[in-house]
Amino acid sequence: MGDFHNPEADLDRFRFRLGFAAATVLLAFGLLIGRFFWLQVIQHDFYQTRAEDNRIALIPIVPNRGVITDRNGVVLARNYSAFTLEITPSRVSDMEATIDALTEVIDIQPKDRKRFKRLLDEAKNFESIPIRTRLTDSEVAKFAAQRYRFPGVEVKARLFRQYPLGNVASHAIGYIGRITDRDLKWIEEAEKQATYKGTDHIGKTGIEQHYEFELHGQTGYEEVEIDAGGRALRSLKRIPPVSGNNLQLTLDAKLQEITEQAFGDRKGSLVAIEPSTGGILALVSNPTYDPNLFVDGITPDNWKELNEHPSKPMINRAINGAYPPGSTFKPFMALAALEMGKRTPSQAINDPGFFNFGNHQFRDDKKGGHGVVDMYKSIVHSCDTYYYILANDMGIDNIAKFMGLLGLGQRTGIDIGKDDSGESKGVLPSPEWKKQRFKKPEQQKWYAGETISIGIGQGYNAYTPIQLAQATATLANNGVMFRPHIVHHIVDTKTGEKRPVEPQPIRDLKLKPQNVDVIRRAMVGVIKEGTGARAFAGAPYEAAGKTGTAQVFSLKGAQYKEGGTKKELRDHALFIAYAPADNPKIALAVLVENGGFGAQSAAPIARMVIDYYLLGKLPAGAAKEDSAAIEEDSEE
Amino acid sequence: MIDVIGTLRRSWQQLIAHIDFPLLFITLAIMAVGLATVHSATFDGNQRVFSQLGNMGVAMVIMWFVSRLPPQKLMSFAIPLYVLGVILLVAVFLFGIKVNGARRWLPLGFTRIQPSEIMKIAMPLMLAWYFQKYEATLKMKHYFGAAMLLLVPFALIAKQPDLGTALLVGSAGFYVIFFAGLPWKIIVGMIAAAAAAAPILWGMMHDYQQKRILTLIDPTTDPLGSGYHIIQATIAIGSGGAIGKGYLNGTQTHLEFIPEKHTDFIFAVFSEEWGLIGNALLVLLYTLLIGRGLIIASSAPTLFSRLLAGAITLGFFTYAFINMGMVSGILPVVGVPLPFMSYGGTALVTLFLGVGILMSIHTHRMLVKK
Repeated sequence: MGDFHNPEADLDRFRFRLGFAAATVLLAFGLLIGRFFWLQVIQHDFYQTRAEDNRIALIPIVPNRGVITDRNGVVLARNYSAFTLEITPSRVSDMEATIDALTEVIDIQPKDRKRFKRLLDEAKNFESIPIRTRLTDSEVAKFAAQRYRFPGVEVKARLFRQYPLGNVASHAIGYIGRITDRDLKWIEEAEKQATYKGTDHIGKTGIEQHYEFELHGQTGYEEVEIDAGGRALRSLKRIPPVSGNNLQLTLDAKLQEITEQAFGDRKGSLVAIEPSTGGILALVSNPTYDPNLFVDGITPDNWKELNEHPSKPMINRAINGAYPPGSTFKPFMALAALEMGKRTPSQAINDPGFFNFGNHQFRDDKKGGHGVVDMYKSIVHSCDTYYYILANDMGIDNIAKFMGLLGLGQRTGIDIGKDDSGESKGVLPSPEWKKQRFKKPEQQKWYAGETISIGIGQGYNAYTPIQLAQATATLANNGVMFRPHIVHHIVDTKTGEKRPVEPQPIRDLKLKPQNVDVIRRAMVGVIKEGTGARAFAGAPYEAAGKTGTAQVFSLKGAQYKEGGTKKELRDHALFIAYAPADNPKIALAVLVENGGFGAQSAAPIARMVIDYYLLGKLPAGAAKEDSAAIEEDSEE
Repeated sequence: MIDVIGTLRRSWQQLIAHIDFPLLFITLAIMAVGLATVHSATFDGNQRVFSQLGNMGVAMVIMWFVSRLPPQKLMSFAIPLYVLGVILLVAVFLFGIKVNGARRWLPLGFTRIQPSEIMKIAMPLMLAWYFQKYEATLKMKHYFGAAMLLLVPFALIAKQPDLGTALLVGSAGFYVIFFAGLPWKIIVGMIAAAAAAAPILWGMMHDYQQKRILTLIDPTTDPLGSGYHIIQATIAIGSGGAIGKGYLNGTQTHLEFIPEKHTDFIFAVFSEEWGLIGNALLVLLYTLLIGRGLIIASSAPTLFSRLLAGAITLGFFTYAFINMGMVSGILPVVGVPLPFMSYGGTALVTLFLGVGILMSIHTHRMLVKK
């Protein structure tokens, strides 16, 4: 090297090194050729034998899916073994003839053939494919007698998902179904392709979908010797699968069942939450459906019936139905007023039965008004005028801000469905919301008059039952808010370790205790002497609640007559409650579609739920509509 | 009329002025073998064959375009490309998405890219530029500078972890330094140091990398995991014998025993069906490719173009040798595709970028001398 630099010498050195490189390349390639010669000529017979006679196929062994139990260990989803009739394609020469012959022995429907054909296209030919599932004992016996006629056809035991309680909690648990292209994409994104080899079912909705990768487990393998034609000869080695993790819910299956029965044939929803944890105790959406129908592929007839039924049983009203909260909104309005210093508890108005704003008159339900009304009375007697004025004084921005903190108009993030896109947001009305919602400029403007009906939970207000239940639970828990969740913990099958799902609160609203107390006393008043008094007559515990009625459509000046309106146009009945008032164990929101007054149809359901949860008292029958409740308490 | 033909001929000649035909024909031959093998290895109605044809079209347009750029122009890309590559590698380190436990991909909204691929070209380009710049004043310290330029991207890629690509990028850089005249003493010293450091490196390796090396020594220890690939590929090659089982008749392939049979393990498919004779012909094709590349390097006029051509050519060798070596079980499985054979667009584009550079260097050499 050195300072002196000679280009000629450099070029020579470069060319020498090129030559060195060329020699290395030749040497390396020579080495490769030597290796090939070793494998392909000298060792050829050995490898030839291995390739021709000893092929090892890895056949996946599908793990047991995790079991779902309620908070008391009642099984909600499990697996059971059933016999299936299966065909190994590589061992059958004439498939059509074989299936035709089988049809004489065992009942095989066209839909079974169709499914078999689809599976056949996807599978490798040394795996057996089911042609009939869930054979009865007599079918198994029948086939066994004829077995000699059908080489390549055998009866196998496979695991099926089963929901022992049928319709109970179906909206929460969800169901599994066959893997579709969309599911495959999901598996790919999660990088789980390896463990889904051999799996043909996946969670489609509810908990089954949300916790899919917990429930699924780890696929095992069986090393099978197969011959050149792909026929399995014998098993060499087995790596057992690891079962999926079990889930224990916060849900109380009995409570859920009682609540669903309480709804009877009425449409609606109830969400009950443990305020101190956010754990869901009951999540009802009525009507329900039987998830067992989906497990083996739902028949087109059943699917059509479920989807086209006018009461829409497939919709999970608890998280997807958005309803105006009606008067159940009032306690939250009152709390907002106290927290923001817009009202004191004793500040009173004189209610003439209406509130004039501009040239529009907002009427109270009670003709002639409630007279002098303070905050307590405004809640107990559900005075509209009080809230018309309050809403006007607070302004829409303040209302939206406070209600937003309570989680209204936002997805709660409950652990149901694949992600939270399955949950509706509802509508938290605000000028910003209106700007986004509407296109025309004249529709985008927020009118001060619109704020007034927001105050009584009408107008654009629309919230899901789970949002109302969460807000009620937050109120019951003095402003400490939890994400509603339905799985209490996951039991790791490998380690036995229990992983809790939601140990931490998501937010503390830092409410002033004296303000919370004012609202609590007023809501206790509702139960003791107000609109909830009849439904809760004789209750041995102190409950706090509020009835509500949400207009399905505007009655434009006409007097509301409950008997004179068609059932589907009747108002929705609502009720929110928590109990015991001084140490809440349960908070809930009930909605009965077209149920009329909240006191009439929603409150009795709440009573039944709280009675069972706190006292273990079983109801005598379905919660009846209490028409008498209207005559006495028509003031909401 | 004559004029039209004359014009056409001139524009055609203009169009192919920078194509090096020996190089073109050799690569076309290897690609034809590759396409036929992809056809045998996949059962998807030739979807991948057509898709690969599309990849080839794109890659060859890029080659054509690059071949027209004079080496001086290529030099001006050295720093920007290298800096961009390093920035993207750092971005991968920070924001990359994990696929199969390795952070290699950078999401770009509409697509995702693998920045380590850029380095396969950027590294030799940068180092060739570097030695050209210090050609007249080359001292020992410049080798250290070059080593630094090499080690930063190498470490970032190895960290992802992507040992295969790190080796390819590292070797491409090393070839430049080697051709630039790195003293033999140092080379021998490095080999000795590497031998000494092997146990330490072993400790730094990821579990799956250690496992791959262990199963290489004895594949039967892990027949279901990483040994499975090697065992099945070796059976495919061995059972192919001297003359092969015949095209489309590879049982190992068609019973789906060979993993990744149209990408990294395509050689096993080829070897099973064409036997030792096919293998020898394929190795011959690669030898011709490398020979042509070395001739181009030897006759290149400037230090920059010499180093670049030499490094790119040896890069092709490294790809081919590592791939065939790993499939036949004498090298660890590191995830390197077989050049011009394996299915995949990204690798093909990178390869033809290299071919384009070689053609540029060769067809512009007279112009430089003038």
